Amino acid sequence: MEKVLTRNISPGKAPTDIAAYEANGGYSALRKAMTVMSPDDCRQVISDSNLRGRGGAGFPTGMKWSFVPMGDKCSPGHKYLVCNADEMEPGTFKDRLLMEFDPHQLIEGMILSAYCIGADISYIFIRGEYVVAIERLRAALADCYARGYLGENILGSGYKLEMHVHPSAGRYICGEETALINALEGKRANPRAKPPFPQVSGLWGRPTIVNNVETLCNIPHIIDRGADWFKGLGVGEDAGTKLFGVSGRVKNPGCWELPMGTSVREILEDHAGGMQDGLQLKGFLPGGGSTDFLTRDHLDLAMDYNVIGKAGSRMGTGTMIILDDKTCPVGMVLNLIRFFAHESCGFCTPCRDGLPWSRQVLEDIENGRGKKEDLDTLEYQIKYIGAIGNTHCALAPGAMEPLQSALKYFREDFEHHISGRACPYRSVGGS
Amino acid sequence: MPTIYIDGQAIEVKQGENVLEACLNAGMDLPYFCWHPSMGSIGSCRQCALVQYQNEEDTQGRIIMGCMTPVSEGARFSLKAENATEFREAVVESLMLNHPHDCPVCAEGGECHLQDMTVMVGHRDRRYTGKKNTHRNQYLGPLIHHEMNRCIACYRCERYYKDYAGGKDLGAQASHDHVYFGRHEEGILESEFSGNLVEVCPTGVFTDKPFLKQYSRKWDLQSAPSICHGCAVGCNIAPGERYGKVKRVHNRYHDEVNGYFICDRGRFGSGYLNSKLRLDYSGIKKSDGSFLAVHQKQALETAASWISGKKVAGIGSPRASLEANYLLREMVGKNNFSAGSSDLEATLVGSILSILQTTTAVNPSIKKMETADAVLILGEDVTNTAPRVALALRQAVRNKAFELAEQMGLPLWQDAAVRNLAQDNLSPLIIVSAMDTRLDDISSNSISLAPHEIATFGRAVAGALNGEKTDDPDVISTAEILKNAKNPLIISGSSMGSQDVINSAVEVAEAISKPETMLSFCVSECNSMGSALLAQDGGVSLADIIKRAPKLDALIVLENDLYRRGKRSEIDQLLDSGIKIISLDVYENRTLDGSHLVLPAASYAESQGTLVSSEGRAQRFYPVHSPSHERLQSWEWLLELAKLTGNKKLSKLENLDDVVSTCAKDNLALKKIVDVAPKNSYRSSGSKVPRQTHRFSGRTAIHSDVSVHEPQQPKDHDSPLSYSMEGLNRDQPASLTPFVWSPGWNSNQSLQKFQSEVDGPLKGGSSGVRLIASSSKGSKVFSESEEFELKAHQWHLVPAHQIFGSDELSAHTEEMAELAGRGFIAIGQKVAEKLGVKQGDGLLVQHGDVRCSLEVKVLSRVAKNCVGYSVGYEETQELTPGCLVSLQVDKDWRRTSPEVIASDKTALGHIASDGGGAYG
Repeated sequence: MEKVLTRNISPGKAPTDIAAYEANGGYSALRKAMTVMSPDDCRQVISDSNLRGRGGAGFPTGMKWSFVPMGDKCSPGHKYLVCNADEMEPGTFKDRLLMEFDPHQLIEGMILSAYCIGADISYIFIRGEYVVAIERLRAALADCYARGYLGENILGSGYKLEMHVHPSAGRYICGEETALINALEGKRANPRAKPPFPQVSGLWGRPTIVNNVETLCNIPHIIDRGADWFKGLGVGEDAGTKLFGVSGRVKNPGCWELPMGTSVREILEDHAGGMQDGLQLKGFLPGGGSTDFLTRDHLDLAMDYNVIGKAGSRMGTGTMIILDDKTCPVGMVLNLIRFFAHESCGFCTPCRDGLPWSRQVLEDIENGRGKKEDLDTLEYQIKYIGAIGNTHCALAPGAMEPLQSALKYFREDFEHHISGRACPYRSVGGS
Repeated sequence: MPTIYIDGQAIEVKQGENVLEACLNAGMDLPYFCWHPSMGSIGSCRQCALVQYQNEEDTQGRIIMGCMTPVSEGARFSLKAENATEFREAVVESLMLNHPHDCPVCAEGGECHLQDMTVMVGHRDRRYTGKKNTHRNQYLGPLIHHEMNRCIACYRCERYYKDYAGGKDLGAQASHDHVYFGRHEEGILESEFSGNLVEVCPTGVFTDKPFLKQYSRKWDLQSAPSICHGCAVGCNIAPGERYGKVKRVHNRYHDEVNGYFICDRGRFGSGYLNSKLRLDYSGIKKSDGSFLAVHQKQALETAASWISGKKVAGIGSPRASLEANYLLREMVGKNNFSAGSSDLEATLVGSILSILQTTTAVNPSIKKMETADAVLILGEDVTNTAPRVALALRQAVRNKAFELAEQMGLPLWQDAAVRNLAQDNLSPLIIVSAMDTRLDDISSNSISLAPHEIATFGRAVAGALNGEKTDDPDVISTAEILKNAKNPLIISGSSMGSQDVINSAVEVAEAISKPETMLSFCVSECNSMGSALLAQDGGVSLADIIKRAPKLDALIVLENDLYRRGKRSEIDQLLDSGIKIISLDVYENRTLDGSHLVLPAASYAESQGTLVSSEGRAQRFYPVHSPSHERLQSWEWLLELAKLTGNKKLSKLENLDDVVSTCAKDNLALKKIVDVAPKNSYRSSGSKVPRQTHRFSGRTAIHSDVSVHEPQQPKDHDSPLSYSMEGLNRDQPASLTPFVWSPGWNSNQSLQKFQSEVDGPLKGGSSGVRLIASSSKGSKVFSESEEFELKAHQWHLVPAHQIFGSDELSAHTEEMAELAGRGFIAIGQKVAEKLGVKQGDGLLVQHGDVRCSLEVKVLSRVAKNCVGYSVGYEETQELTPGCLVSLQVDKDWRRTSPEVIASDKTALGHIASDGGGAYG
């Protein structure tokens, strides 16, 4: 398979600097766009490519951009492009790889994307703990300004763009695009009510696009090589390649670039090396901590947005967390709910007060204090907290996904905790 | 008007409103927390959930939030669907996770919106078995008590305090279920409108601290519709009384005046009513200077003997009712009556009145002021001189935001979205003042000029509007802004003591030559405008009375401390002139000390009467409780006295209605005051309107500590209100609504059941009558600049009015006095450096033979050659606006400790005695 996003990245290889990036065709897409393509042309190519957002929701990128008012339809003032590099989804570590080892790919993608929507200011809102990435991105930005890829009159085209790296003060919720915007403005990182969407009223009330790192990294390649080429990369329904990751008790946890539509089995067995000896696969979260469990029955599914969606989960970030048969599913869900309850911004009631309630019920069950009615309470909470629209943003419904699917697939485990008044896994040497 | 369907019922709704508003307007009970009619929606509490269906076939539907969903033609909702009711119950169940079960000891109990909503959704049994989160409480000053554990994180406090009222020092902190609403550290809340937190908070996090010290349940309070006597704005208030004490003051909604909010002077400034320094009995001065307490009858007879057939003059008061002032004037005759303001103030307010009667500009209500898209303030520090108006101006500057939102098709109730869109875009507010004002933070241009220069600036702007050329960029930009505005508003007032400033404001307003132009003036006292209206019909100056005093036999002073009106030497001379001085007042003061007969006047909370606000709105206030001890309402004293002295005209009058109608007949400008409120004979569903709630407890035993015999309820012969729990508090005219309550709605949120529609006028109409009709004549003001010559080391003395401290009576309230601090002299940074003083040091201020030692306050901007002084303080009593003073460092000055301010010291003690709180 052809490596696209990671073509400059290999284990053991030094991070790609601007010279190496350019030597391998870097910034040629930018040159092409600045010389022969209008923003409209570029947007059309992205629309045609069927690129979908790699941050988790899988929203078509071209469509997202199409809501940005262009030309006369836009009131005078700034427009913004923001890169969402606040990678905090449990089990997810793909954007870090891209930023640490090939920062220019992201920057080129951002310049092109900003050009597409007519933005003149852009920010990389990056997780504060990613100190190496922050350092490398800042160095790369300096190189770009020096070469005329950023600043006034980029490559003589008359287009101007400034770019800033903004390390996050550190909350999971900052990954929600409107909370991220509030954080950038220096406000509490609470998500905003939509509509209005950021495309029309975002950062400082101006049109704003927020895209994930991996999404933006795809842009130079699509501009360079066209929509048809990109669509051809996928082996299933969706276009392009994807960084897939696996964590959990597998032989070879890691992150690989593979075609969209690669089967779960191939990722798990060929790339992650299968389960560690003596362990069986019990279930897996296909796309991070806020996706529903799937089980061994789903191993042959293609990792495509719609396919995984139909199976009752979400592709999310494409980085799987594996649950083995010696690890307590109740404990795992409790750990996740604990995380999400702690990361609630505290704005809306079901999330702020509902998640700690779920956490308390799960703590009771996991610690042998569970009651029969607790499972009904959990079902009640899932109905209350779990539906999009019941809450202000998607955090709490996301948090309910592993819980509701665990109750569906591993209900016996919950019942054994309650009837046995203890966690059965603790006696068999599990976690 | 679109039609929507709620549980199959078709209701007509207003285009552009949201579903929650539509439900409330239709009289449905849909629970909510975070939404507020004047602050719009943010969708945080998720309490107002309904199910919305795609169409008639859709039986599943999906949960939506009523407050975040605009109505649209044909939309179908259900309030009763099981998933909606279950969801709303779940919201309350989760809010209750950490809420303490302290209702029996919580000050909010019985008027708690959370209690109401909990009952409404039917939540009863808690399933949560974990520990509750607890918080530390903060000391927030003498007015507001903080109890964070009760918080349900609806974000209303933060949105009110920061977004609506412009406060900077209270907000949301921390996250998840540890969200905390408070200050960054303990300390006195800075906003002059902090008291509204008490009513904005849906539960007991922010409660009325002075009320806690003498607490009663809402249902045990006897209330009456009243008008705030704290300033001239005329906010509607509802004081609550029990055991003869006014325990607290709540806002009383008036859609055109105060809306949902009043200032902290209005809410907390009535503590003096319960003071031991109130007058309870009449007193006749003995030869040794002390007073002999006498009964009403003897006092009246004594007074009558002093004035019958004698030469008598009267001094009225701008803080007494129109009726009392009128009766006094009738008794002594117009030529012997002074309205009682200082002569300067009387002249200024008189001129403001005639300006308002003749100007082409609109004289706006407060609600109308909120529509201004450009504001020019000449001379006033509105937050300190007409506080509620300042809160309205904070909304007016948001018109830019609303304009942007409308361009985008965003509903204006989408509060967070509108704010995010508009960011720092504000409509222009230009403040021209001698020094810092409390609205500087939202002004587009704050210009520091001495009073006479303010007038010059105003005239220059008027000139520029009339096409005159000028080089001053501030003048050019101000004229440009006003010219381009749709609804420009000019505000000035009497607080600078300058006729010239007032005149220049009129010139600007009329130069804009646009029919929408608004012109508003701040005046000093609750009935300044009423006094001016009476004075238009005749009267003499205070100076005239003082001059003629030796030729008089007696002088009657109505609710007036004359030492606040004129020079000490002159008032001393007046009181010592050998004539009999008869004074009526509510609270001890120096004028009473100098009188020969003092009559205890009922306070505003024990009286009925009419006040005329700065916009010329006549409004009626009613007694909350019958006068205690031997007090009588001032108009009653005067009427009794008139009868005893055989005044033919006044002897015929029986009750207040008679006084009002005679007053209306005698004064053309006041003829409409008969329509201000219903007559005494009005009955609602056959009975008087009760001042007590139907749950009022202990009625038969309330005085059992004195006597076990059940006393008769006091009678109110002068109003359609009764001291009783019998009758209906419903459907009567708005001016007769003593409190709000509706079945299931025990909190102040029951107000919506009294409004004709959400945020609209009360069902009983907007109370009060505007007496000043606008005209199209145009004012003829003629102004010329006053010239000043300053010697070296001399400064213009400019009045700095203070919300806490400048008003005579409210300043006697303990909490107000604490916030007022000491009288001060305000100087700029440069002057401070030149004199070598810092904030808190002392300066000797000298003007002729007047010398006073004052605390230094250093301001960020002060006009050149100007210094400010705190108005109405004991220490600054001898200072007058506009005089020239010299300043000198006071070597003997002792600073109060800079680390701990007085209030913090009390707080430390207070918290310790509470046995809890942050220091516990």
